[in-house]
Amino acid sequence: MATLTHHESATAEQLVVTDGARKTFIAIIVVGVVLLVLGILASVMGWGAEEHAEASGHAAAAHNAAHEEGAVWLKRLIISLWHSNLFFLGVSTVGTVFMAINYVAYAGWSVLVKRISEALSAWVIPGGVIMLVVFLIGRHDIFHWTHEGIMDKGSPNYDAIIAGKSGFLNLPFYLIRTIVYLAIWAFFSWKLRQLSLQEDLYGGTVWFHRSINASALFLVLYAVTSSMSAWDWVMSVDTHWFSTMFGWYVFASWWVSGIAAIALTAIFLKQAGYLRALSSNHLHDLGKLMFGFSIFWTYVWFAQFMLIWYANLPEEAVYFNQRLGGFEGRYTGIFFFNIAINFVFPFLGLMTRDAKRQMIIMKIVAIAILCGHWSDFYLMLMPGTMKGENGFLIEIGVAAIFLGAFLILFTRRLASASLVPVNHPFLDESIHHTT
Amino acid sequence: MTKRFALGIFDDEDVLLHAIENIRAAGVKVYDVFSPYPVHGIDDALGIERSRLPIAAFFFGMTGLSFALWMQIYMLGFDWPMIIGGKPHIALPAFVPVAFELTVFFTCHGMALTFFTITGLYPRFKTPVMDVRATDDKFVMAIELDETSSQFPRLTQLLRDNGASEVNQKEMTNN
Repeated sequence: MATLTHHESATAEQLVVTDGARKTFIAIIVVGVVLLVLGILASVMGWGAEEHAEASGHAAAAHNAAHEEGAVWLKRLIISLWHSNLFFLGVSTVGTVFMAINYVAYAGWSVLVKRISEALSAWVIPGGVIMLVVFLIGRHDIFHWTHEGIMDKGSPNYDAIIAGKSGFLNLPFYLIRTIVYLAIWAFFSWKLRQLSLQEDLYGGTVWFHRSINASALFLVLYAVTSSMSAWDWVMSVDTHWFSTMFGWYVFASWWVSGIAAIALTAIFLKQAGYLRALSSNHLHDLGKLMFGFSIFWTYVWFAQFMLIWYANLPEEAVYFNQRLGGFEGRYTGIFFFNIAINFVFPFLGLMTRDAKRQMIIMKIVAIAILCGHWSDFYLMLMPGTMKGENGFLIEIGVAAIFLGAFLILFTRRLASASLVPVNHPFLDESIHHTT
Repeated sequence: MTKRFALGIFDDEDVLLHAIENIRAAGVKVYDVFSPYPVHGIDDALGIERSRLPIAAFFFGMTGLSFALWMQIYMLGFDWPMIIGGKPHIALPAFVPVAFELTVFFTCHGMALTFFTITGLYPRFKTPVMDVRATDDKFVMAIELDETSSQFPRLTQLLRDNGASEVNQKEMTNN
C-alpha cells in the first residue's frame, strides 16, 4: 500500500511496464478506433437527429459544400488529428519546460518527479512528424488562408484582409517556422534527457550545471516559440481574427495540462509501488501549481474575453459570437463547460491543503484538467473550421488513439532509466522536502 | 502578570530541531521557539496544530466578493443607472475585475489583522522580546517556569545536554 510519509533516502528504481498495462494501452487505442469507425459511419449515413435535421434543412447547401470540399467525415478526421496532436504535443513539450524551469530556479523539491517530465517529452518527435504530415495533407480543411487564389487580386476567392497578412501567412515561411519550433523543442528535450542520463552514469555536478545552461537557453526560445506556434497552429485557423492574448492563452492551457499529467503519473507510479520517497509534500506542491495555473488560465481567458466583449468591435467579437450562441447555439454548452471544468472545479476542489495532499482528489482534478483543456482546444479549433458540422465521436476516437500511443511511448521512456535520478545533487533535498 | 522563562540559546538549526524533539520527549512543555528565519519542520517538531487562518481568509474573501457585487449592482443598476458603452446596467463581466480586487483586498487585510490580533504582534509602545539575538543569528527556545523557578537547574542541565550554548532566566511582564 502506498503511503505518503517521509523516507530517509532513495535508491534507483526501475519501472517495469506490465503486460496488463500494455494491454490497457492497446485497449485504449482499440476503443479509439471503434469510436472513430462508428463516428465515420454515423457521419456518412447521417445517423442522429442533429445531422438529419441539418441534412433536410440545408440539403442543397450541404450538397454543394460536399462537392467542393470533400466529405464532412474526412474534414472532421483531419481537424481532430490536428486538434488532438496539438494538445498532446503541447503537454509533451511542457515536460521539458517544467524541468528547465526547475533547473533554472535551482529547485530541489521536484527532483523526484523529474524523470516523469523527461519522459513526457517522448512524444515531441512523433507529434512533430504527425503535425507536419497532417499540415501537408489536410491544410485546406484546417486553414482558410491556404485556399487557392485567396491572396491574388482578381481571383474569385480574393480576400483583401487575408492578402494583407500574406507576409506572415504564406506557405514557405509557415513551414519554416513550424519546423524551427519543432526542431528547437525536440533538440532541447533530447539534450536535457542526455545530460540527465549521463549524470546517472558518471555522477558529479558538471551535468547539473550544463543542464542549467541548456535550460536557460531553452526557456528563452520556448517563450518565443510557444507564443508564435499558438498564432500559427491555432489562431490562424480564424484567419481574420486576432488576439494579443492568444499566445499566453494557449501556453496556459498546455502548461496546466502538463503539470496535471506529471501529477497524475506520479500518483499512478506511487500507487503501483514506485517512487517510494515521494510524499504528500510533493503532491502538495504539484497541487499548488495545478491550482495556481488553473487560475492563471482563467485570468488569461478572462483578459481576452472581457476586452473583446467590452470593446464590441465586430472583427473581434465574431470569435465569441460563434462560440456563444452561434451556429444555432451548438458551442454554447461546451463554452460554459470549459469554464466550469477548467476553473470552478479545480478552484474549489484544490482550495484546501488537505485536498492537495490526498491522492484521490488530486487524481480526479488532474483528470478533469486534462479533459477540460482538451475540450478547450476543441473550442478554439472547431467553430473556425467545422462551423456547424462539428461532432464528438470521431474527435474522441482520435483522442483515444493518441492517448494510447502517447502512453506507450511515455511508459517506454519512463522504463528506460531509473525513476529516481540517483546522482542529482538536489536529490536529498527533494526526499526531505516539507511544505 | 509576570511570567518566568528559561531561555535556551542555540547556534544551529539542526541541533535545535533535535533538541525540541528530545526535550518534548522528556515531558517538558516548550513554550515557544524564536528564530531569525522560518525553520522547515519546526511546526511538526513543536506539535503546533494547523492554523485556522485559511478558514477565516475564506470568509473574508466571501465578504469582499459579496460587498463588491452588491456595491456595483446597487450603484450602477439601481442608485444611478447609466448606459455605458451600450451595455446593460448590470453588466456582470465588467464587474469581475472590481469583484476580484475587493475579494483580494478584504482577504489580505482581514488575514493580516486577524493574525496580528491573535498572535499579539500588533504594533505597540513596549515590545516584549525574549532575546534580541533571535532576530540575528541565534535560535531561542523558551520554557515556562513556575513561581519559584525551582525547575531551573534541572532545565539548564537538560538544555545544555541537548546542545544549548547558554541558558538564561528571564522575567516577562505582560501588560
